[in-house]
Amino acid sequence: MAGRIICARHALGLAVLLSVIGVHGGAWADSLVADLSQRLVAITTGFAGTNVLLFGAVDGQGDVVVVVRGPDRPVTMRRKGRVLGIWANTAQMTFERAPSFYAVASSRPLQEVAPPSVLARHELGVGALRLELAPAKASPNVAKEWRSGLIRNFQRAGLYSREERPITFLGNRLFRVELHLPANVPTGAYQAVTYLLRDGEVLSAQTMPLFVSKVGAEAYIYDFAVRHSAYYGLIAIAIALMAGWLAHLAFRKA
Amino acid sequence: MQIYLPIAEMSVNVFLLLGMGGAIGFLSGLFGVGGGFLMTPLLIFIGVPPAVAVGTEANQIVASSVSGVLAHWRRGNVDLKMGTVLMVGGFAGSTLGVVLFKVLRSLGQIDLVISLSYVIFLGIIGALMLVESLRSIRRRKAAAAQRRKLHQHTWIHGLPLKMRFRRSKLYISALMPFGVGFLVGILAAIMGVGGGFIMVPAMIYLLGMPTSVVIGTSLFQIIFVTANVTFLQAYANQTVDVVLALLLLTGAVIGAQFGARAGARLQGEQLRGLLAVMVLLVCAKLFFDLLVTPEDIYTLGVVH
Repeated sequence: MAGRIICARHALGLAVLLSVIGVHGGAWADSLVADLSQRLVAITTGFAGTNVLLFGAVDGQGDVVVVVRGPDRPVTMRRKGRVLGIWANTAQMTFERAPSFYAVASSRPLQEVAPPSVLARHELGVGALRLELAPAKASPNVAKEWRSGLIRNFQRAGLYSREERPITFLGNRLFRVELHLPANVPTGAYQAVTYLLRDGEVLSAQTMPLFVSKVGAEAYIYDFAVRHSAYYGLIAIAIALMAGWLAHLAFRKA
Repeated sequence: MQIYLPIAEMSVNVFLLLGMGGAIGFLSGLFGVGGGFLMTPLLIFIGVPPAVAVGTEANQIVASSVSGVLAHWRRGNVDLKMGTVLMVGGFAGSTLGVVLFKVLRSLGQIDLVISLSYVIFLGIIGALMLVESLRSIRRRKAAAAQRRKLHQHTWIHGLPLKMRFRRSKLYISALMPFGVGFLVGILAAIMGVGGGFIMVPAMIYLLGMPTSVVIGTSLFQIIFVTANVTFLQAYANQTVDVVLALLLLTGAVIGAQFGARAGARLQGEQLRGLLAVMVLLVCAKLFFDLLVTPEDIYTLGVVH
């Protein structure tokens, strides 16, 4: 059902795009239009991850790269070492900012699309993410280790792409890509950025907001637990007392 | 059927949680233990953040202890006075435990401390229980039971603040149960357990309480200690997931009924021996995890 709605919206969107490009085709050299199948990802009770469809059209030849990025947050990493034969955390390091989610898709492998300097400038690809530790905290070599440790951990959690997803072109102009947001996707204001590149240079880019938020009972429970934590604690105890009493009654009957 | 847990912030299969609750409930009904020492490691194993596992398990134990204590209460197996002294100690201990938990968490050492506490305590208790049950099985075969002295005087009886505990038939210093309650309270807060598996042996061997009132009294005080842990974890750390607790509880209630029925068919020594083996298995698994080289020495700490 949901899939059909998305397909219908997708088709409608493409039709609109086509008509726009059809009318203004010549004047819109190097232009790019894109949209998302949904602007809000609602985390509800049954949420088990979702796919977001990004589609659009380009005018003229070029490569398309899509980046979906979650809000930046400080991230503390820890490193284990052997202490008396046991593995324990022996060091920690805090990155001032790291995207809480990062997915990338590209019409061709990123290395072929643009030189490393361009990828780095626009943070295209997990390898080009700007994850910096203060130079006082760690030498470049050490910082590199921590950095790749962070990336590996986020990749294992499914929050950073392992490799860029391929973007499919329909004909020369229309493209589409489905991006997966896993069940553990962090909430917040995301950005979906579509880049059009040619000869290794970014010609144009379009940014779209994407909100990931808890809705319904989930949001209510979470908000209540954070805002009224004392009441939440008391209610949790009351529920447990009730449940225990009910269980006792059921037990006695049996 | 997946369900999204609002505090743990993860999506888990409902039937997995009900099944886990059921299995642990079965074992707790079978052996007459709370099961927290099995459930908390299991929750961490399926990916629930350790802090949430500990806070939520405390909440679940409140419920299972209530249903347990009501049954014992009807049979008059609760020593209220002893339970109250243990509870006061438990309140103080668990409050300190939650504070320690928060400090250790910010230092990045909480996972290690949780694992080490499990390894140490499960190792000691499991080994003692195994030796004890093997010995009693052998003794039964030999049929030459040596009678134990009913009462032995030690330094414990020299402590001040003596109190009479009618139901337990004891006249001992209130500092003893207070101290036991305090220490078990700390462990309850850090390990996410009720602490029955430490409390019960401590009551029998350290305090010298009669076995008949031990379980009821221990359950009585566990209610208050775990309620305190639930409140403080919810208040200070926001790590109590009521949805998770309710699902585990539902399974546990049903499982416990079947467990209790199965338990009635087995002999006491055999049960204790089996429980000892299981406790030692959990201990060995956790110890092995501490020794084995981790998949990645870099781990994600706090995402702010």
